[in-house]
Amino acid sequence: MATMNMVQAINSALDVMLSRNPDVLIFGEDVGYFGGVFRATDGLMAKHGVTRCFDTPISESGIVATAIGMGAYGLRPVVEIQFADYILPAYDQLVSEAARLRYRSGGEFWAPITVRSPYGGGIFGGQTHSSSPEAIFAHVSGLKTVIPSTPFDAKGLLISAIEDDDPVIFLEPKRIYNGPFDGRHLQPMQPWSKHPASEVPEEYYTIPLGQAAIARGGSAVTVLAYGTMVHVCLAAVDESGIDAEVVDLRSIVPLDIQTIVASVKKSGRCVIVHEASRFGGFGGELSALVQERCFYHLQAPIERVAGWDTPYPHAFEWDYFPGPERVIVAMRRSLGG
Amino acid sequence: MRDMPFGLVRVLDKDGRAVGPWNPRLDPAVLRHGLRAMLLTRIFDERMFRAHRQGKTSFFMKSTGEEAIGVAPSMALARDDMCFPTYRVLGYLMARDYPLISLVNQIYSNAADPLKGRQLPILYSARDYGFYSLSGNVGSRFGHAVGWAMASAYKSDDKIALAYIGEGTTAEGDFHEAMTFAAVYHAPVILCITNNQWAISTFQGVAGGEETTFAARAIGYGQPGLRVDGNDFLAVYAAADWAAERARTNRGATLVEFFTYRAGGHSTSDDPTRYRPADEAAQWPLGDPIERLKMHMIAIGEWSEAQHEALESELNDLVRAAAKEGEAIGTLGISKPSVREMFEDVYKEPDWRIIEQRRELGV
Repeated sequence: MATMNMVQAINSALDVMLSRNPDVLIFGEDVGYFGGVFRATDGLMAKHGVTRCFDTPISESGIVATAIGMGAYGLRPVVEIQFADYILPAYDQLVSEAARLRYRSGGEFWAPITVRSPYGGGIFGGQTHSSSPEAIFAHVSGLKTVIPSTPFDAKGLLISAIEDDDPVIFLEPKRIYNGPFDGRHLQPMQPWSKHPASEVPEEYYTIPLGQAAIARGGSAVTVLAYGTMVHVCLAAVDESGIDAEVVDLRSIVPLDIQTIVASVKKSGRCVIVHEASRFGGFGGELSALVQERCFYHLQAPIERVAGWDTPYPHAFEWDYFPGPERVIVAMRRSLGG
Repeated sequence: MRDMPFGLVRVLDKDGRAVGPWNPRLDPAVLRHGLRAMLLTRIFDERMFRAHRQGKTSFFMKSTGEEAIGVAPSMALARDDMCFPTYRVLGYLMARDYPLISLVNQIYSNAADPLKGRQLPILYSARDYGFYSLSGNVGSRFGHAVGWAMASAYKSDDKIALAYIGEGTTAEGDFHEAMTFAAVYHAPVILCITNNQWAISTFQGVAGGEETTFAARAIGYGQPGLRVDGNDFLAVYAAADWAAERARTNRGATLVEFFTYRAGGHSTSDDPTRYRPADEAAQWPLGDPIERLKMHMIAIGEWSEAQHEALESELNDLVRAAAKEGEAIGTLGISKPSVREMFEDVYKEPDWRIIEQRRELGV
């Protein structure tokens, strides 16, 4: 065991997989010599060589296209898109090619690629370094979308993503790279080293995709969250004293519907929390699934806490970012005032 | 070398003689194989185009006039190299004796369709024949060829990749991204532009072809660019062979422009008389690839009109038999694969959504 922050855990997952499997390659903008703008690939080129971990031109579409071709050959490329805000040039490759290759070829070709990308706000990154695009991937048949919330999960889930034979979008909540930021931005943030999930095995292990985790057990209300919002929701529970059950989805496709349904049937109330803007967000799908499956157990309308339906602003970071206060208001509304 | 993008590689002269430094000096058996594959492509195209008009399928696209561009590279490359095709290189499969019945079944989306009823007609996939999955999105597989070739090089494999793109599609970012990656990583890949003059209704000038040649795009990437008479089977073969040798000996990528003419419409949904003269194809100065190879083979005493007629008759029979066999299984709407196939291969293993939806549909 070692104590790792989320960047170190991701770096460890990549290092382990480069060592274990010669078909794993890592590439992206600034990931080689420099080790990535967030240091996630720090030292990997020096350790594993420039044929295993290398820099690419500034071409997100080209990076993903190259990865798909390598995947079709039989390699397992892991590419980094520097910020999720920059993934859109590659969206055509992900939607029109990676997601459909197995289906349209009758199973002759597939794209076992992993696309890592830091996402989310809370870093004063403005509209170009803060967005949460998970819903536009969740909507696409053929893609998987994974979002960890701790160093331990990040490593185990990333290794599973790399070993998966389908294309996986691995969104890393960059606000919690260095510590479990809980939305209380006026307070000093705790480092990961004070959190139990920073204890990470240095060796290989996996966490299956599609299994949610109960971040906090409770029975008054079910709170569904992922990424940074898991910690925001835990802070909201802590501050309010409400006996909520916080479910960390960990992957939104595949989605652990059983855990969600079991929790909502137990509590009879559901609050859905994500950073992404609300309209058409993944919360809408979660809300629909919960009412389809738990309607007769629900004692209150389903609540959604999300980013506003605006581009991500700069000066209004904390007016936009869904903090613990908004989660508390939603939980109280769900509980009847 | 820097002049090559502005010239035109040709071997066959107007009398059907093979002349000049690019003459690949092919064995007559190779010429016969090429002629047969081109003729088979044309006869098959005509038959299935008519089948569409008879309501047997939803869509079809012909390669007419461009048969050499599919056939000759297919013969120059090895079976386990990978071709990343456009929808107008059926000849690539014909040169490798891909079963006609599998093509017909795919076009009819019937119960025996190798792509299980999921794909628009002619968007084939044939891994065992070195033929990558096609899609109707043009250009988006050009970069896959570069990645595939890089993977081959990484594994110290000697396989190479070849990709086609239309001249119209060179305006897409996919083309330039693939060229950049191919150059930066010295990928063992042949990147081919089929300049058939027409992108549906827009002539090649709309894609920038009036300013310089498409082959000259290579100069900005520091790669060799060849401009080749695409209706000259020997020239196409020689260019593909040259670029393949270059790729296989780790000297990097080559951009090849095949200069040709789309003799038919874009697809069964097109009416070329709306945007170009009806007799333009007949006026095309570089002739027809089948007629030119046939004239050459007759000129060197390896072929005759009688042999040609016999071959046409034989191939007509083969195509008719395959079409009938496919029709016996069923045409579009009459026969289809099990509806369960709609839910397979979305992921390697279906998740609960797929399983629930399959049950909801009752299959």
